[in-house]
Amino acid sequence: MNVLEINNVTKRFGNLVAVRDVSLTVGKGELCAIIGPNGAGKTTFFNLISGYFPPTSGTIIFDGQDITRLSTHERVWRGMARTFQITEIFPELTVFENVRIATEVAGGYRLRPWISRAEAGKIDHSVEATLKLVSLESKADRLVGELSHGDQRAAEIAMALALRPHLLLLDEPTAGMGDQETFQITQLVRRLHRNEHYSIVLIEHDMRVVFNLADRICVLDQGRMLAQGTPREIAANESVQAAYLGNAA
Amino acid sequence: MTATSSRKLIVKLTVLASIWAILLLAPYWMAPLGGYTALATRVLVLGLAAMSVNFLLGFTGVLSFGHAAWFGLGAYGTGLTLKYLVPSTPLAVIAGILLGGVCGAILGALLVRRRGVYFAMVTIAFGQVFYYIAFQWSSLTGGDDGLRGFARQPLDLGLFKLDILTDANSFYYFVLFCFALAVGAMGFILRSPFGHTMIAIRENERRARFLGIPVERHIWIAFTLSCFFMGFAGALYALVNNFADPHGLHYSQSGDFVMMAVMGGMRSFWGPLLGAAVFVVLQDYLSSITVNWMSFVGLLFILVVLFFPRGLLGFFQRSKA
Repeated sequence: MNVLEINNVTKRFGNLVAVRDVSLTVGKGELCAIIGPNGAGKTTFFNLISGYFPPTSGTIIFDGQDITRLSTHERVWRGMARTFQITEIFPELTVFENVRIATEVAGGYRLRPWISRAEAGKIDHSVEATLKLVSLESKADRLVGELSHGDQRAAEIAMALALRPHLLLLDEPTAGMGDQETFQITQLVRRLHRNEHYSIVLIEHDMRVVFNLADRICVLDQGRMLAQGTPREIAANESVQAAYLGNAA
Repeated sequence: MTATSSRKLIVKLTVLASIWAILLLAPYWMAPLGGYTALATRVLVLGLAAMSVNFLLGFTGVLSFGHAAWFGLGAYGTGLTLKYLVPSTPLAVIAGILLGGVCGAILGALLVRRRGVYFAMVTIAFGQVFYYIAFQWSSLTGGDDGLRGFARQPLDLGLFKLDILTDANSFYYFVLFCFALAVGAMGFILRSPFGHTMIAIRENERRARFLGIPVERHIWIAFTLSCFFMGFAGALYALVNNFADPHGLHYSQSGDFVMMAVMGGMRSFWGPLLGAAVFVVLQDYLSSITVNWMSFVGLLFILVVLFFPRGLLGFFQRSKA
């Protein structure tokens, strides 16, 4: 079964059509990359998937259920987690505390005004496991705001993972990073995809990262889906080269 | 890592033990320093109010500028119960808590979608509604003169009676007991998963939302809890004075509470209590010298905000570290 099915989604802001009649399906365990020039509507498209605002028309099916009109937090409860182009974290809390909040919400504890020692222990355990997955276990007690950009991004991904998502949406995970950090994050995403079998949709500007990671690439241009296919197909696609890769070269 | 965290725990427990020791012994050390027990009682009550404001301001990141409404409603609820319904202190206090808390919960539901300055403005407006009701409805509330003609009643504890009306020390310990209950509940909640979501909302609302926290609902719950605590403080205030006053509902009273919280340190749990202590003691001392005592308190407030933006307690904590 497909994790995500997006059917003919359009988003208008007044006269501007930011996303025009876009369809996309993401299979279980698939890593799909969305690329496109600046202003192509990639982040708007992400906001539609994650429920930041509703589409003007079209439907979004997640795990077989229509979620088109659901709010952000309801989508999270159903197993959708995202990160942002500009890292969104709790800067004045420690890495551990950041991930613990996500873990508690995922465990259904968010409204609980008390917690037993056993439950707290279980949560702490789970937080440690998540931190290990993103290689931040040695920095658990540091304030997130004091970490390097790459580590902050890893912490943000850890929070998303703590939600135990069926689908991970990563908005430009390597934005603004140097080579070393880009490598670090690319390795992390690869590990999540190959070893942990997460279904992932990511927006990315860095073509090395995209062609390295993706099972499938979707090209957006001026709000339209220009092409979709395997990295090999996309690299050979002439209209894509004209619209996008040609400009970059 | 474990060594530093266990040392932190020891420091924390020592600080906590000292705070409670100071509070428990207040009637004994205040008199030699020129104070009196009733002053300590006022500090506790206004401190609880400032801590309730800070429960929302410092730990959820939401500024209410009309919290005196729930404080005043707590006071009127208690006063009216004692005057017209039953001469029982515990029942009157519960009535005050419920009046403040329930009204807060209802109006809170209307304003959780507002943020920042809009939220603050709407809370002022709601607060003023209650102020004018109390002001105008003279037959019930005594209007501008305030509600008089009631007094706190001795507590019947089965084995013995506690005379909280005439014995200042007994009354102080009664208030300290109530304070401990309320503050204990606050501390407990802040340490819980729900408390963690409050802090998440304060730190980054967008992230909180995308972690699956329904932000409006959580703000409403935090607001409601804060109103119940505020009603509790107001109920105790009515007992302190044997009097409830429309000014207790006014937005300038809300401003005083915010001032105490910010002056003491709104990111720290105990900061507002320190702020309230400074405020009450200065008021007591300066108002015997000049009617313009508020200008001096205001000056101190400005100095604190300019030079110790984390408040008095925040400053102490930093210099310790």
